[in-house]
Amino acid sequence: MNDLPRTQHIIASGAIAAVGITVAYISYTQEPAAAFVFPRLIATVFAMLAIWTFVKAVMGRTKVGQGLSGQDMRNLLPGLIVTLVYAFWGAKELGFYTATTITFFILLALYDPAPHTEAKTWIKRVLITAGFMAVMYGLFAMLLNVYTPREIFS
Amino acid sequence: MEFLYYMGDVFTPINFGLLLLGTIGGLILGATPGLSPTMTVALMIPFTFKLAPEQGLILLGAAYTSTVAGGAVSAILLKIPGAPANIATTLDGHTMAQKGEGAKALQISFIASAIGGLFGVFLLIFLTPVLATWALAFGPSELFWLAILGVTVIGTLDSSSVVKGLLSGCIGLWLATIGFDDIMGAQRFIFHSSVSGGINVIPALIGLFAIPQVIAMFAKGRSNVDAEIIVVQRHPIGDAFREVFSRKRALAIGTAVGSIIGLIPGVGGQIAGLVAYDQSKKMSPESAKFGTGHPEGVIAAESANNAMVGPSLVPLLTLSIPGSPTAAVLLGGLLIHGIFPGPALFTQYPEVVWPFINSMLIGQILMCVFGLLIAGWAANVARVPRAVMAAVVLGLAVFGSYSVGHSMGDVYVMAALGLAMYFLERFGFSAAPLVLGLILGPIAEANFMQGAMIANATIGQMAYFFTGWLNWLLILIVVASVGYSIWMELRQRRYTTKEDAQA
Repeated sequence: MNDLPRTQHIIASGAIAAVGITVAYISYTQEPAAAFVFPRLIATVFAMLAIWTFVKAVMGRTKVGQGLSGQDMRNLLPGLIVTLVYAFWGAKELGFYTATTITFFILLALYDPAPHTEAKTWIKRVLITAGFMAVMYGLFAMLLNVYTPREIFS
Repeated sequence: MEFLYYMGDVFTPINFGLLLLGTIGGLILGATPGLSPTMTVALMIPFTFKLAPEQGLILLGAAYTSTVAGGAVSAILLKIPGAPANIATTLDGHTMAQKGEGAKALQISFIASAIGGLFGVFLLIFLTPVLATWALAFGPSELFWLAILGVTVIGTLDSSSVVKGLLSGCIGLWLATIGFDDIMGAQRFIFHSSVSGGINVIPALIGLFAIPQVIAMFAKGRSNVDAEIIVVQRHPIGDAFREVFSRKRALAIGTAVGSIIGLIPGVGGQIAGLVAYDQSKKMSPESAKFGTGHPEGVIAAESANNAMVGPSLVPLLTLSIPGSPTAAVLLGGLLIHGIFPGPALFTQYPEVVWPFINSMLIGQILMCVFGLLIAGWAANVARVPRAVMAAVVLGLAVFGSYSVGHSMGDVYVMAALGLAMYFLERFGFSAAPLVLGLILGPIAEANFMQGAMIANATIGQMAYFFTGWLNWLLILIVVASVGYSIWMELRQRRYTTKEDAQA
């Protein structure tokens, strides 16, 4: 195992161990204790396995999981940021349909391999976005009557 | 023969229309690399809210059946399995396609899938009511151990690392305890208002299965699916039927292996296909031809992965223990309609469960017919750029999660769990045990608390949970599955180390 995945494994398993220990601590200290009987059982096993995984990662004996390469990170980062903004802010603040239209178009622009320099490419992206949004509106607003938060432009 | 009484329900215009929709949609989505059957079924659940329970289940069941079969299209024509269940199909299927026998490979794969699938659904029909009667003997302690069994078996057998599989299961069980405690009404682990009512299973399923695939598509950057689609020539369908029925050994092995593996919780179609392929190769007088475009390889793999679909639902419908991740998603589909599977399912909801099972029977035939008709065309969905696929799945995930309870909290939970799962998967953790923990957690806790109350009033907790042959049998299976998986992991490690040393 080279150094990058090893460090990543330590960070990932460390984070899980921290969660496991926190869950165990809360389970054993929170009141009413009777409500935490089952969580205590789970948290004990959870914390033990998480610490075991962390120790193995520190010792460099993790066998499973390739981690993330620098190239993977560079590729996924823009999409990840767009996804986070869309799910945790855009959908509520801009409205579902507005936020989805913007997100869909940005993701196409970021990841579609077609050349950015051709007008045809952009027209195609606009048409695909419009088509997808028409389907989404038909499905969720008209067929399923899902009432989404107010759109910013309405 | 109660199922025959409800057969007519499958053919009402709405039910049959949904069956067609699920079958054709499932075939197309199944042929799309990157869209797994579990994710497809999870994304479809929000569309079943407005439907009657049996209609929703018919749609989901049809999608499950045909996404598994549809995965063969990309496996054969692109050498990219549409689902893990189709890995074994690529071995001979793609070679056949390269030799100009793409149409023949597709035809025999759909025919073998339908035969295996029909056998599997018949097993479901005849085994489920028997097992459901037997399951009536289960008390709280047995149901508690059964839920733990569900999590540990899938945690150990479905994961490449036993410890990480069990850890995923624990994370799922912990997530299931978030919210208000059922007995005392106490708050547990409510760290954000979005989870004050607990974690809603459907958004969690959508997040855990769909979002990691979206991010995985992002990680591939600005690229198309880099595979050439092989053009399909015409091939007489009668010849394909003759070919399949002349290879009875491969068909029988595939169907038997798939059915048995389907019944074991946690062992999925991927293993069914590979084991059937391997056994068929070992028992064939033409074993040297396997891997060179031999029809028996396709027949064994495809009959196995569809034969496991029906039996994988047996533990779900009788004991509320999903046999596979997709069965876990189907459990979510049942729960949103207020139907809790278990021994009483067939007496309380026969009008829901029998049309659903019957639709899977008819769905196998429809899957074969439409598979043969649209197979060549369906492969073209692989031309759809990954960017479009990722954006479509992301949009559906957000809208689908929101529509469950008209709550932004569900969207946040979906996105947070999905993002976390992507990174967990990169470090060897698996979504299936986590999902099983999340779904089986409330069952395990309710029966644990109920059992503890009975035990305190009678023979004490240790005696209550650790006596009785059924308790011991279940504990033994838990220990055996963990032990077997550890042994397999160590064995594999020893071989890998030896190979490394030789290299």
